[in-house]
Amino acid sequence: MFLAMGGIETFDEMWGTREELRAPYKSFQTWLDGEDPARLRAKQREAEEVFRLTGITFNVYGRAEAEERLIPFDIIPRIISGPEWQKLSRGIEQRVRAINAFLYDIYHRQEIVKAGRIPEEMISRNDAFLPQMIGVTPPGGIYTHIVGIDLVRTGDNQFFVLEDNARTPSGVSYMLENRETMLQMFPELFSQNRVKPVQNYPADLRRSLAACAPATDGPPRVAVLTPGIYNSAYFEHAFLADQMGVELVEGHDLRVVDGRVAMRTTQGYQPIDVLYRRVDDDFLDPLNFNPESALGVPGIMDVYRAGGITIANAPGTGIADDKAVYSYMPEIVEFYTGEKAILENVPTWRCSEPEALAYVLDNLEDLVVKEVHGSGGYGMLIGPAATRKDLAAFRRKLRARPANYIAQPTLSLSTVPIFTRAGLAPRHVDLRPFVLVSPEGINITPGGLTRVALKKGSLVVNSSQGGGTKDTWVLED
Amino acid sequence: MLGKTANGLYWMYRYLERAENTSRLVETAQRIALTRSSGNSDEEWGSVMQSAGVFEGYKAHRDGVTKDAAIDWMLRAPDNPSSMLSSICAARQNARLVRTALTHEVWEAVNGCYMSSREALARRVGERDLPGVLGDLRQRTALVRGATHGTMLRNDNFDFARIGTFLERADNTARILDVKYYVLLPSAYSVGSSIDNVQWETILRAVSARGGYRMVHGNQVSPREIARFLILDQRMPRSLNFCALKIRDNLNYLASDYGVRPPSFRLADGLVRRFLSHDIDAIFDFGLHEYVQNVLSALGELGRQIEIDYRFYE
Repeated sequence: MFLAMGGIETFDEMWGTREELRAPYKSFQTWLDGEDPARLRAKQREAEEVFRLTGITFNVYGRAEAEERLIPFDIIPRIISGPEWQKLSRGIEQRVRAINAFLYDIYHRQEIVKAGRIPEEMISRNDAFLPQMIGVTPPGGIYTHIVGIDLVRTGDNQFFVLEDNARTPSGVSYMLENRETMLQMFPELFSQNRVKPVQNYPADLRRSLAACAPATDGPPRVAVLTPGIYNSAYFEHAFLADQMGVELVEGHDLRVVDGRVAMRTTQGYQPIDVLYRRVDDDFLDPLNFNPESALGVPGIMDVYRAGGITIANAPGTGIADDKAVYSYMPEIVEFYTGEKAILENVPTWRCSEPEALAYVLDNLEDLVVKEVHGSGGYGMLIGPAATRKDLAAFRRKLRARPANYIAQPTLSLSTVPIFTRAGLAPRHVDLRPFVLVSPEGINITPGGLTRVALKKGSLVVNSSQGGGTKDTWVLED
Repeated sequence: MLGKTANGLYWMYRYLERAENTSRLVETAQRIALTRSSGNSDEEWGSVMQSAGVFEGYKAHRDGVTKDAAIDWMLRAPDNPSSMLSSICAARQNARLVRTALTHEVWEAVNGCYMSSREALARRVGERDLPGVLGDLRQRTALVRGATHGTMLRNDNFDFARIGTFLERADNTARILDVKYYVLLPSAYSVGSSIDNVQWETILRAVSARGGYRMVHGNQVSPREIARFLILDQRMPRSLNFCALKIRDNLNYLASDYGVRPPSFRLADGLVRRFLSHDIDAIFDFGLHEYVQNVLSALGELGRQIEIDYRFYE
């Protein structure tokens, strides 16, 4: 059932496997047939101008001079039908519910460990497990207020969860700006197609965060915490704060005053009720975690444990999206919801297990190997694309620290056409839908961020590695 | 509103104003250099840089004053923190910092200003391109100002933006007066000499006041009237009095918004009352140079007190 690359042909979301135009793209294709490629090329350039002027850029890490780059935007939308989305969103909701239940359990009675469904060391020896969170129940009982579930598709009816992002998933600003750009450039497409709107996300986010506030006198005060203007995702932090109409703060704007976390305003310190932090756990509180951190707020964890502030996402949620724990997700979903997981996991070999390690070492050229705590496409090996030297080097790494790695088969990711000088050309994509969780319920924005590998044949969609993005449509019917 | 945001807005608008003032100074000096009939014009560029407050830096980093080197220093030298390009980069950096306090239109205008300046000032600007580059820059900053007026809420954000604008502008006008005061002294009354006419015109052009002055005084150019125009006139948007009144107004809006009248308000009020209620004769009696020096130091003190009162840094 898992397609090795080069084995069976790739599923294209527009043309299927047999060059038959798929239903969701019919109306779009009619429009495309009537378009002059020269005009589309001009539109593509126009889109880049819009992005540059709007400042939708990201900073590249590891460069002496903070350089701002555009994430390439492709004007061909990725289209998902209403029924396809319905099934996906049921699966996403179930999974997110399970993740929250899992986190509560892990930081309280650890029933799942007692039941023998997850090995104890998977938790106790995990760097992402925060002992400071043991016994702490966040306001409203919510751990992951904002979740991004990365999905890939391999066939007409086959979706897999590639990974869960339960810490601080990014990219939602691109989802919103991509739609905004398409609306500006091709308004007629939105009269011809009934596309579910995504624009409510910032308002939903604010409502969802406010609903998780500790008991307050007036309306809850929300703020976004950013590491600062040199952070790669600063644009997104500013964008979300702006769209929500809340303050964008840095660590040095905050201080613990009278048992509350407060921000320095022109009129003195004022308390905050909900902090949407885009700073990693480790940097959140120099008194409780990394003492070198200048990005956090000394003492915020003490206020948090006393129930004086909501931190979104809660500290310690990384235990739920670690790639080794990921391999247990089918069990986790079943354990907490009593149902079989609607969304499938990609089969995963945990290299900490000797038989799995042996298999991985023997089949390395067919597998994708990832670091357990890695992200952004760094530190991974794509077997089929690797040189002999790469493979040998990775074998050594695997033997040295097997528990640091998991391996998965190379999936034949679906493609969606992109617009190139030579016309449309298929490229591999993934999808990150964004999920909001509050005591009022789970809210999934229809669609999400489609990332696309711009190089022919490439499977790496990460923006830090040259990937681009597309507008993602979910049709009404 | 965050103290950091007030700080960012204040500096964003100060830097934009600075870039614009520098462009005006360069343009004026270039024009004078082209129209002067004789003599070596290079020395004049020293005093131009002094008016822009960048001459000390220049002397520390460059040898000898030439027109080309001076223009390059004021337009685009990265080691000159007040060059036009450095100022625009700093304005845009501050705009990024306070992105949530700006409207979409203002942000795009300042980002557009930054993008086009980076392109136009990527390499030395030749003599032929200079008027175009300077003109374009001022259109860009005017666009930011227009977007600010047309789209920003009149709340504390706006007040800090205005305070930054007028403090920088007052500082700029005062510095021009400080460098050029001697040509406005009664001893320079030896009217009619073409050198003086050039000098007076330089002063008026450098603050975009030539047209305004003519409207009020016709072609009767007198140094005493120029001094009065630049210091005391309440209609002239770059005069010291006008700027000080605007700063006081905006501090007053803040005070009534917040219900507190902090020390900076009293300083601004004092500036208006102590210095700008005089008439021009009294100023000349006191000594034009000393007077301008006093205003400059009062402006500096006011700026520092605003930072403290509104918790820019702590």
